[in-house]
Amino acid sequence: MMDNIPHTHEGPNPHAPRPDHDDTLTHHKRLEIAVRELLIEKGILTADEIREAIERMDARGPHLGAKLVARAWVDPAFKTRLLKDGSTAADEAGVQMDQPTRLIVVENTPQVHNLVVCTLCSCYPRMVLGIPPDWYKSRAYRSRAVHEPRTVLAEFGTHLADDVVVRVHDSTADMRYLVLPMRPKGTEGFDEARLAELVTRDSMIGVTTL
Amino acid sequence: MTPRFAIGTPVSVRRGNPPGHIRTPYYIRGKSGTVERICGEFRNPEELAYGRSGEPKQVLYRVRFNQKDVWPDYRGLANDTIDVELYEHWLEPAH
Amino acid sequence: MGGLQAGPVERVEHDYQLWEKRVDALMVLLSRKRRFTVDELRKGIESLPGDAYDRLTYYERWISSITSALIHRGTISIEELRAKLADIERRPDGPQVGKP
Repeated sequence: MMDNIPHTHEGPNPHAPRPDHDDTLTHHKRLEIAVRELLIEKGILTADEIREAIERMDARGPHLGAKLVARAWVDPAFKTRLLKDGSTAADEAGVQMDQPTRLIVVENTPQVHNLVVCTLCSCYPRMVLGIPPDWYKSRAYRSRAVHEPRTVLAEFGTHLADDVVVRVHDSTADMRYLVLPMRPKGTEGFDEARLAELVTRDSMIGVTTL
Repeated sequence: MTPRFAIGTPVSVRRGNPPGHIRTPYYIRGKSGTVERICGEFRNPEELAYGRSGEPKQVLYRVRFNQKDVWPDYRGLANDTIDVELYEHWLEPAH
Repeated sequence: MGGLQAGPVERVEHDYQLWEKRVDALMVLLSRKRRFTVDELRKGIESLPGDAYDRLTYYERWISSITSALIHRGTISIEELRAKLADIERRPDGPQVGKP
């Protein structure tokens, strides 16, 4: 099972540990129903609040992080503010962080490449990237990104030049990290919206470059 | 609360394995690095995990370590680093 | 978990199911309403027996921990939970994802 060939799957993943589209009511699905209904009956939550919370998280996604990145690329003063105080700059751009977490934006340069992980659980900058992908939460990523970042990067198809320093960021407390990738060549004259479309989620986690 | 350590100060992470909810990763305990920034004051997660107030707030630091100082078998550049957020009570001055 | 031996990173992703989004919503809402802290939830997950951690999916772990935290805090009781689970089993339209 542990062949060392990195691979991805098009379509349904034969190794998926759980049936993603299974309608079976598992124990944990029952637990969720039970807890939710009890809390609603007790007046602690309402169905509307739950619906709205889901909608709010659904509205968060990599397009928000991409917006910050694109703006930093075209506006050097904004970039300075973003790197100095990510939360305030994000707020300025209309992307609100969630107290008490704070956003730290780390910049990729020709000399430095950044990679974000949470070894202790799976802290992730949800407010600017949405819900994290499964692999970010996996044992493999969390164990190995800190210890052998270059090998993990290679598994994502990312090969850095020999003299590029790798900085790993382990979100162990209330800071949340966003990588500011380098602007791709050949994008001179692109406007912010067009630039934002180029920015991928994976480049903002740091497992890929653009 | 005045931060005990300034930016640039060499610090070591305490060793030890206390019970409870600890946000200091095992791999960094006993290692030495440099304060990269002072993040601010936050309620102590070790206390919050047990329903306690977590106050008084603790100073949280970002500490930067050289990877080769963290992993004996690290295969990468000598300047590769890892940044970890650590609470003041887990840090002491490095010697 | 940093530094432990592990295999290659499998670049699995899945579209989150509604029940998982509901668990996420419970976590956010209940911590905001100070019914528990995220720290209590993390501690609960850390306390799961070793094999449970790997057997359960991410949101299965979180709903387990949310349930424990609520019981621990006295927000819901084990009896109430048992009764509710039994009720869910008995629903005439069979196991469903639950009332909307």
